[in-house]
Amino acid sequence: MGEVIVITSGKGGVGKTTTTANIGTALSLKGKKVVLIDTDIGLRNLDVVMGLENRIVYDIVDVVEGYCRLKQALIKDKRFDGLYLLPAAQTRDKNSIKPNQMQELCNELKEEYDFVIIDCPAGIEQGFKNAIAGAEKAIVVTTPEVSAVRDADRIIGLLEANELRNPSIIVNRVRPDMVRRGDMMSIEDIIDILAIDLLGVVPDDEKIVVSTNRGEPAVTDPKSLAGKAYINIASRILGENVPIMNLESDEGFLPKLKKLFGLKTN
Amino acid sequence: MILDLSKLFGRNKGSKTVAKERLKLVLIHDRANVSPQFLEMLKSEIIKVINNYIEIDQEALDIKLTRTQSDEGEGIVPALVANIPIKNIKNSGK
Repeated sequence: MGEVIVITSGKGGVGKTTTTANIGTALSLKGKKVVLIDTDIGLRNLDVVMGLENRIVYDIVDVVEGYCRLKQALIKDKRFDGLYLLPAAQTRDKNSIKPNQMQELCNELKEEYDFVIIDCPAGIEQGFKNAIAGAEKAIVVTTPEVSAVRDADRIIGLLEANELRNPSIIVNRVRPDMVRRGDMMSIEDIIDILAIDLLGVVPDDEKIVVSTNRGEPAVTDPKSLAGKAYINIASRILGENVPIMNLESDEGFLPKLKKLFGLKTN
Repeated sequence: MILDLSKLFGRNKGSKTVAKERLKLVLIHDRANVSPQFLEMLKSEIIKVINNYIEIDQEALDIKLTRTQSDEGEGIVPALVANIPIKNIKNSGK
């Protein structure tokens, strides 16, 4: 019996879809059977981030409305063994699916897959309610900004009100240089304020833009620091004890020079 | 002089402290679900009661939700803090 995990955030644009794509790909690279579900009906994007947009025939609404069988709508990612995508419908709206239908869908999928990973839409309305309906575990994505952390706090409250206790958090797009000079909240600051378990820290990485341009998840790029962070997160999901990445090693030229001369940089 | 210096170097402190303080305050309000209207109502009631005993500076009265260390040592808890300047104590109780 597999595990159903929802990736959520409240605020848009913090990296839910990128996180879903990379965690899913990383888990499949570790030999797990994974299905990714895009629940952002009307604004689907997981397909393009995964580079599978040209292979969509049926979508999630077709499945719940009975126009096709579940198997027909699942797109097999030929690059990664055991990775599948159930795309969202693009020309429908969030009300095309009901929470109980989502629950049934998740129950059916977890019979066959090790992980069912749900990409949740932004907001706290119907789309959010659908996305969390079938989930057993929640991962909240945030960035070190006041607006994103505030929304994460609200989402954590709503998840707990919906029996999704003890969600964990991923802090995305961290800029170690800015944290060092005191212009960005640190991981400790955010964890302290939200009082939540830390699942991972993902550095801001230009390679994410490149990988999204190409439709190839960053975890396949050994040079991508963000990709490495996502692989670590996947390991933690599998119960491995991987320490949080030391972003200090990613320092630029100036801090290195200062260190060379024995000047304190933080 | 000290004030001038802190102003001069204040920018070096970084904006994260500001971000943290603003975030903490906004979360107190979000979590408690307390609206500014609610605080205004509370404020006028408090003025009414205190005015029976003490003459206070109603203009300068400040009431806000904030965070404080819990007496039982259970970490940070929300607190209602009122700053009420006294003009004159009415000694009618004597």
